[in-house]
Amino acid sequence: MSDIDIHALSGAYAVDALDDSERAQFERHLAECPACTSEVASLREASALLAETTLATPSAELRDRVLAGISNVRPLPPVVSQPEPAEATVIALEPRRRRRVVTFLAAAAAAVVIGTGGIVWQQHDDHPSVTYAVIHAPDAQRFTKTFPGGATATVYRSKRLNEAVIVTRDMPAAPSGHAYALWLQQGDAMVPAGLMPNGPDNEVLLHGDAATAAGVGITVEAAGEEPATPQGDVVALFSFDT
Amino acid sequence: MDRFRPVADGAPSEEGAPEAPDQHRPDLAAPDLGELLKACGRGDESAFARLYDATSTRVVGLALRVVRDRAQAEEVAQEAFLDIWKNSGRFDPAKGSPLGWLLTIVHRKAVDRVRSAEAATRRDATYHHQNQPVEHDSTAEAATASLEAHRVRQALGDLTEVQRQALELAYFGGYTHTEVATMLELPVGTAKTRIRDGLIRLRDTMGVGS
Repeated sequence: MSDIDIHALSGAYAVDALDDSERAQFERHLAECPACTSEVASLREASALLAETTLATPSAELRDRVLAGISNVRPLPPVVSQPEPAEATVIALEPRRRRRVVTFLAAAAAAVVIGTGGIVWQQHDDHPSVTYAVIHAPDAQRFTKTFPGGATATVYRSKRLNEAVIVTRDMPAAPSGHAYALWLQQGDAMVPAGLMPNGPDNEVLLHGDAATAAGVGITVEAAGEEPATPQGDVVALFSFDT
Repeated sequence: MDRFRPVADGAPSEEGAPEAPDQHRPDLAAPDLGELLKACGRGDESAFARLYDATSTRVVGLALRVVRDRAQAEEVAQEAFLDIWKNSGRFDPAKGSPLGWLLTIVHRKAVDRVRSAEAATRRDATYHHQNQPVEHDSTAEAATASLEAHRVRQALGDLTEVQRQALELAYFGGYTHTEVATMLELPVGTAKTRIRDGLIRLRDTMGVGS
């Protein structure tokens, strides 16, 4: 997409009308285009006016639930320095660790993943510490897999927050030119839930409706292109059935 | 901010006997949402309760308009309010209004919800169906008489028909600009321009986000 074209996405971005790859692309553009940043801010103000025409009274129970829900959640600290965008970009992988991952893959459960059309996702960058809230949620469920060699991957799912987080420790790097992709199983479909950043130890918020998901999958996918459906080998599957 | 400290004992209990939401009718002039957000960022739950009372009809109304199901709309609103609480200390008044910031969070949550696999069946909704009015209650009806809503409707009336349709399908329908182009039978790539043009005109008519 040319530079001229990408500026024209500001309006669609302001009303969340971009698909996920366009949004990721536009957010990279925003980081270096003050004109678009300022335009998006003003167009968001305009779009928020539309909500004036759709007021509806919530139930009294909602107020109770909301106020009860915040009482055990600590507000995030203010941003005191220039934040790095918490974008899940694909980072060059370390080829020298390839052998380890082959073993790793061989030991992983062999499973057929049936994909369907879906959305490739970037991390929310507006609440970077939501991972903490999910892991410590009162209703958080925990699912751990230990791989040969001692690597672990743990999925935390909070139905109430409708979020899931995956925490990895000592994870071998994906094969050269590849990255780990995360999926939420919704019914029979594996829906893209984001890419795992490079590095052995990660905490990643999965995108999508974790509350309705039946499980989480990790696959190895070619780096650079985020697939809409799983194409590569399955590394692990976590079932939420308890 | 002394005036945002928790209210003294004897004030209506938030837990045992919740106040009716309309006891704090939304009022554009007061309370100062920016100050409330600041207090929330310091962990002031009483400020958050006031913020909730001042904004919940907008938050739930927007969520309901997008997800079109009351139970789901309230779930979306609950998630959004939790995010708003967590991120309240990061609200930057230099970058926009408190209400704009807050509704951006709500809108994103609502759109995420309708685009999820769970809501796949909703994607079959026809454009006609999409434009059926959502059931609202008495407060919403009262609100339609509000000056601000009236001004917004007038401003929308100044948009071209295709700008208004594209903007409403994107914002209220949760559709991508590519989907909007197909629904309105526009050439590929032009819906995004209509959305942007419509927003610019709305912004300039309403004099926001200068």
